[in-house]
Amino acid sequence: MQVLFDFLIGPFFQIFEAPIFFVEVVIGGMAAGIMYALVAIGFAVIFKASGIVNFAQGAMVLFAGLTLVGFLQMGAPLWLALIATVVVMVALAYAVERVVLGPLVNQPLIVLFMATIGLSFVIEGFGELAWGSDVHRLDVGLPRGSFFVGDIMIDRFHLVAAGSAGALVVAIVLFMQYTKFGRALRAVADDHQAALSVGIPLRMIWVITWSIAGVIALVAGVMWGTQAGIQFSLVLIAFKALPVLILGGFNSITGAIVAGLIIGVGETVFEVYWGQMMGGATENWFAYVVAMIFLFFRPQGLFGERIIERV
Amino acid sequence: MRAPATEAANATETGKTVLSAENISLTFGGLKALRDVSFDVKKGEIRAIIGPNGAGKTSMLNCINGFYHPQEGTITFKGVARRRARPDRIARQGIARTFQNVALFKGMSTLDNIMTGRLTKMHTNFLLQAIYWGPNQREEIAHREVCERIIDFLEIEHIRNTPVGRLPYGLQKRVELARALAMEPDLLLLDEPMAGMNLEEKQDMCRFILDTNHQLGTTIVLIEHDMGVVMDLSDRVAVLDYGNLIADGRPDDVQSDQRVIDAYLGVSHQ
Amino acid sequence: MFYREAGQFKTSYAADQAIFPILQDRLFVIAVLAVAYLVIPFISTPYFLVTIMIPSLIFCIAALGLNVLTGYAGQLSLGTGGFMAVGAYATFKMTTMFPELNIVIVFLLSGVFAAAVGVLFGLPSLRIKGFYLAVATLAAQFFLIWLFNRVGWFSNYDPSGTISMPPRDVFGIRVVGSGAAPEVRYLMVLTLVVVFCLLVKNLVRSRMGRTWMAVRDMDIAAEIIGIRLMWAKLSAFAISSYLCGVAGGLYFAVYLRTVETIAFDVVLSFVVLFMIIVGGLGSVLGSILGAFFITAIPVILTRAPHDLGIPISVDMAQHLEVIIFGSLIIFFLIVEPHGLARLWQIAKEKLRRWPFPY
Repeated sequence: MQVLFDFLIGPFFQIFEAPIFFVEVVIGGMAAGIMYALVAIGFAVIFKASGIVNFAQGAMVLFAGLTLVGFLQMGAPLWLALIATVVVMVALAYAVERVVLGPLVNQPLIVLFMATIGLSFVIEGFGELAWGSDVHRLDVGLPRGSFFVGDIMIDRFHLVAAGSAGALVVAIVLFMQYTKFGRALRAVADDHQAALSVGIPLRMIWVITWSIAGVIALVAGVMWGTQAGIQFSLVLIAFKALPVLILGGFNSITGAIVAGLIIGVGETVFEVYWGQMMGGATENWFAYVVAMIFLFFRPQGLFGERIIERV
Repeated sequence: MRAPATEAANATETGKTVLSAENISLTFGGLKALRDVSFDVKKGEIRAIIGPNGAGKTSMLNCINGFYHPQEGTITFKGVARRRARPDRIARQGIARTFQNVALFKGMSTLDNIMTGRLTKMHTNFLLQAIYWGPNQREEIAHREVCERIIDFLEIEHIRNTPVGRLPYGLQKRVELARALAMEPDLLLLDEPMAGMNLEEKQDMCRFILDTNHQLGTTIVLIEHDMGVVMDLSDRVAVLDYGNLIADGRPDDVQSDQRVIDAYLGVSHQ
Repeated sequence: MFYREAGQFKTSYAADQAIFPILQDRLFVIAVLAVAYLVIPFISTPYFLVTIMIPSLIFCIAALGLNVLTGYAGQLSLGTGGFMAVGAYATFKMTTMFPELNIVIVFLLSGVFAAAVGVLFGLPSLRIKGFYLAVATLAAQFFLIWLFNRVGWFSNYDPSGTISMPPRDVFGIRVVGSGAAPEVRYLMVLTLVVVFCLLVKNLVRSRMGRTWMAVRDMDIAAEIIGIRLMWAKLSAFAISSYLCGVAGGLYFAVYLRTVETIAFDVVLSFVVLFMIIVGGLGSVLGSILGAFFITAIPVILTRAPHDLGIPISVDMAQHLEVIIFGSLIIFFLIVEPHGLARLWQIAKEKLRRWPFPY
């Protein structure tokens, strides 16, 4: 009985007793969620254009962060380092298209998925080989510190993260809807063969897509790096982004943001109020279990297109 | 496959209604795929469903074998009415079908594809299967013999061990028919069995359909666009247009029906 | 020249349905088994047995398990590590609770627990497919590892959550734990691999296998020929997880002997997935080839700089190893997406025609 009370009712008492603390927990969760969403958007962009689940997105975040830090350490001013990193990411996209995607056209998607896992190893090893595997501090002059709204403490950095995620989404959506490339990209996403037949250069579209994903990785790298330093564990945030991605629906960018927030808030609240009873570290699996249960009832995710089966 | 002795029995039973669909309505969102369609299939006959593209022919088959669930109406098969039932259950009741776009198991050989038609008739448990030797082997061989007879019947001996993905379209359709026959169905649904075939392949397929009907006594429901084939093969024809049943009867009668001619030649709908 | 099937006529369906219908294949398999049983244990060093043969053989069983699920039944799973962990902890709990129980029986039983857990986490497969399912199976991976790590009961309240295999004898011979000879461990694992390969091969060429493959190739058509999708998918999850569980038990008890939960983290899932992709999806032979290949590569890569006399720092060697491993995966996928098993088949075709090109 006591256990049931502790589990089912106790936490809600705690929430009501200290509502401000609860709001802060929620805000912290939202901040984490935005960080997940930043990575998930990178996945979604590539999935939209090619149907590939790019497991290497996490490694790309690490690589972008390491490259930026590397250029900064070489004494380049920030703007130059950023531009140089973007150039490197575009070059990486080009190389990936040439070496990995090109030869694997028309292979089953699971093969492409496996290839991106291999790619993840290569990018990660290469980045650490070039820039070293220590934890690098990254400071690009983003505002730190916090201020109070009423009794609630808000971290300036979290606002910046939210702002840049929002800006990214708006930029991507505008790009998709209103530019020639965007239209071509959506055509490719619908049907590779048909897109080819109306003269859309498939390979170039893929290079562009992977470049966009590279830039998103850079933004995510800057955010994560500012928060926790650039280190190997960034590769693992891919595992945080995957449940966000399927909860949101694989090819929905809005879905990634909303699902990121849901999961960020959900896992933080769960860990703070329930996790301690269960031994802690519940955020390791919370997102996955939520996604799994949710998908059982709505297999296409929150914003994914309804899957209609035909015969 | 049925023994020849029962053939005569089947012939005498002809005329008994084996399947009847009453007042079937099926909608997808706002789209009405089928509106209040009723028709029946009598034992031993070849029943054709025709109509222009998008008339709801395939939807009708999908309702019959449980892939779609009509919002209204009942389907009665062998005297048992049902409203919602899963396709696998209906398959076990004795309805087999082929698809408009070939739906074979691409990773398996012709023989294995046909053997899948026997799955519902095999019963050894998985431990015996893992041991293989003994009951499982006897069962495998018994069903292999049935499949070999069907292979022989449809003249596909030479492609027995070829992966079906490598076969030309016409042969794939034949393998699909073989798989359906392996289920020893009481009712066989054929969705455009001759689409995309050349003249010779069509002639072969017609022969197989007639043989199936005559020698095995299987009742057949057939969707086909080739009017010559439909009129020659079928005993009765139902015509669908925009989800409505606009004519039903013997091929000659249907052919001269004014509404059918309108539907095919495109008289404007008010 | 030597690999000809001319003159070998099959006069019964039983002969046609044999696993190795061709005489040369049968002889080859017998030869391989003879070498594995009679030559390798006597000529190889303990180092070779322990670092290559034993883990490779254990991974054969895990790869076989994943191949049943992914290669035959078409359900992509990334939870292998979690299911292996279930087997490992079940082995540990059972053998510490019932020390008298024959350890081989413990291994076989520990798979049953993994099978039950596998069915539970396989439930989403009834609704979702492809990558959605793959990500959902990650839930098994992360949840199970967390569970074993955080709940003390599973590790008999070891403060660091580590489990160690106590010594166990079978017929007076020490087979696991300290003092077990590498040769004995090798022979025990080898025997289990041979048995499981045979059982799985039998399953996949019977009704069960055809059911799985039908679901893999086209689930709608499978349903319409009378296959119960739920039963087909969950049986694949059960048998796959059973094999992974047994492999997990062996991985812990015979290979590592002392294990922290981290040994079963998601990397292990990927490693087993690599094995079946590189080896060949939907192929028993592929599982074996893949397991040996993926196990051997890191060992070779780690030793290569040393053996070649190239002086590089440990750090650098590690990065290079990761890069080469990743590149090899990509290389193999590009050269032969159907895996080593297909290469083997092509080689046999060539051999049949040799010395003529056609």
